[in-house]
Amino acid sequence: MDVTIKERVAAFLAEHDPDGDRLEFLRARFDAGLAWVWFPQGLGGLGAPRELQQVVERELAGTPQINSGVQGIGLGMAAPTILTFGTEDQKRRFLRPLWTGEEIWCQLFSEPGAGSDLATLATRAVRDGDEWVVDGQKVWTSGAHHARWAILVARTDPDVPKHRGLTYFVCDMHAPGVEVRPLRQITGEAEFNEVFLTGVRLPDDLRLGEVGDGWRVAQTTLMNERVAIGGAPVRRGGGMVGVVLDAWRARPELRTHDLHQRLLSLWVESEVTRLSGARLREQLAAGQPGPEGSGLKLSFARLNQALTGFEMEFGRELGYDDWTFRRSEDVDFYGRGPGYRYLRAKGNSIEGGTSEILRNIISERVLGLPSEPRVDKDVPWKDLPR
Amino acid sequence: MTLLYSEVEEELRAAVRGLLADRCPPAAVLKRIESEPYDLDLWKTLAGEIGVAGLLVPEEHGGAGASASEAAVVLEELGRGVAPVPFLTSAVLATRALLPTGDALLGELAEGRRTAALVVPFAANPYRPADGVRAEGGRLTGTVTGVAGADVADVLLVPAGGRLHAVEEGAAVQVVPSLDLTRPVATVTFDGVPAREVGACDLGEVLAFGAGLLASEQLGVAGWCLDTTLAYVKERHQFARPVGSFQAIKHRLADLWLDVVRARAAARSAATDGSPVSVAVAQSWNAGVAVHAAEEALQLHGGIGMTWEHPVHLYLKRAKASEIALGTPGDHRAALASLVDVPGPE
Repeated sequence: MDVTIKERVAAFLAEHDPDGDRLEFLRARFDAGLAWVWFPQGLGGLGAPRELQQVVERELAGTPQINSGVQGIGLGMAAPTILTFGTEDQKRRFLRPLWTGEEIWCQLFSEPGAGSDLATLATRAVRDGDEWVVDGQKVWTSGAHHARWAILVARTDPDVPKHRGLTYFVCDMHAPGVEVRPLRQITGEAEFNEVFLTGVRLPDDLRLGEVGDGWRVAQTTLMNERVAIGGAPVRRGGGMVGVVLDAWRARPELRTHDLHQRLLSLWVESEVTRLSGARLREQLAAGQPGPEGSGLKLSFARLNQALTGFEMEFGRELGYDDWTFRRSEDVDFYGRGPGYRYLRAKGNSIEGGTSEILRNIISERVLGLPSEPRVDKDVPWKDLPR
Repeated sequence: MTLLYSEVEEELRAAVRGLLADRCPPAAVLKRIESEPYDLDLWKTLAGEIGVAGLLVPEEHGGAGASASEAAVVLEELGRGVAPVPFLTSAVLATRALLPTGDALLGELAEGRRTAALVVPFAANPYRPADGVRAEGGRLTGTVTGVAGADVADVLLVPAGGRLHAVEEGAAVQVVPSLDLTRPVATVTFDGVPAREVGACDLGEVLAFGAGLLASEQLGVAGWCLDTTLAYVKERHQFARPVGSFQAIKHRLADLWLDVVRARAAARSAATDGSPVSVAVAQSWNAGVAVHAAEEALQLHGGIGMTWEHPVHLYLKRAKASEIALGTPGDHRAALASLVDVPGPE
């Protein structure tokens, strides 16, 4: 398989010049099944084992690349959900421009009143003939200002308990009634937005999955999100610990014994986290999906916060490079300086499921511990206290 | 290099786990620790029938010619059972010390017919090894404290002046009251005792090798503590609910699980690649995880965890003693400073 895939890449390169038009090259790569090899044929893949993607990436290393930062939500969350629940027409319509980056995606899940308790969300979608009319407010929407499409969860039946009355849609971000307002965050920048939906009309063929099945569809998105966020660095001493090590090695005059001990402990924790990420990838490749995935994001958040706080203290720097308000190009954990890194890392234990919710998931789904008593489980959504 | 277990390793694990469940569950260990801690009948079966004593010995010396990776799986299970058998001290440390000499004793150790112990303090720092015994004219003189496994050894292997010496008779082995009831330590005294020189000894290398594998034993200790605590909090009811349904408990156990997941990756890495960095990482991490797991187990068992009749204290004592053995986490982190170029203040 290894050799065949290399032959395929070689044959593709013989026909398509990587130095020509970038977009033409990426479209051709998708059509050749070399976008994501584990996807089905005709949808950018070959129906091949996922680990072969590494071979493709190696072989195509010097060619035009997609922008995994700006396209992160499309690639990591929308694509696997569309693949699992989309109709053939939806897959054909959305996946190619999603992968090439011609169309950027964002995620309309959280609301001011529905964060960790996502299933209680209040954005309504009401059927009107062949269309749905959507009204509500979404929040923490990274990249909404670039997005052509969004994945959206809305309430279609308020008379049943909260998990059962949801439906999953693709939302046209260019439709009338969609308003995107930047939300400035503690770094000074606006990476995310508020999105107001007022009488937005979506044709029924933008629905993903069955009416009322939105919670199950959203689970696919969320599990993929955690794996995407938790992906630990592949190289020993890479990732955030690498940034701190560079500073440490460059400024010997700032080192103290106390900081040295703490840095060594953080180095060790980074390394064992990296090793369990490597072990998880091996398990996935060997077809033994392990529960370790849900834990990686937790470790990653804790480490990033500890390392960035350490870097600030080490540098003894009381300044900040620039508070000027601006819109971010993409989701960036590293930014321009230690101050940005420290502040941005605070979001790591909140975005994509708070660390507290992740601990609930681990303890209930992996360790089999009982859930806390739930008072809202069998109550129609419209009767819940709020 | 893989961080997963092979089929052969899983079979070996099942054999060891099955035997321990049958012959030496924690309650049985608890019963014997104040009279005769080591279970030498069990050791005979493990060493001879399952063949664990010869795992690290090449076939030409009468062993199984397996790798550290298999020995590590055995240690995981022995840690899980706090099994009172001299596998780490004889089949890992003493055997590793003897391997470069190719001495005929290797065959006897591999078959489990005889048991050996390496006469060094179990708390020795692998990065600053020191021997406290003097060799002169074929006789040894000196005292070594805190030696593990010496009380059940047929042969003592004594490093002195960069050479390894075998002592069969004449040494005084005095077991002292020990923190770890399942692996007591002894003071070994040589007063002009005749010894046979068997070859060169790179003590630091032997201790570091043992430290890397000890990480797998620590993983086993932590694994038992986590599993036993999970079972307990599901069963124990207070406020008309299982105590394991309270988030205050669930979140602690989720964090502990994550520590153990990472300890497994670290132990596998140390066992399969065995490089100085992997060993130091695994010891820095796993020693603390085993102690933390045992401490959490005790706390989450409430008052019952504080009683002599519940085996959790055996695991706490094993974990704390192992944290000190073969280099403390701090010793291993200090070694990493130069191994991975994280220099200290100038």
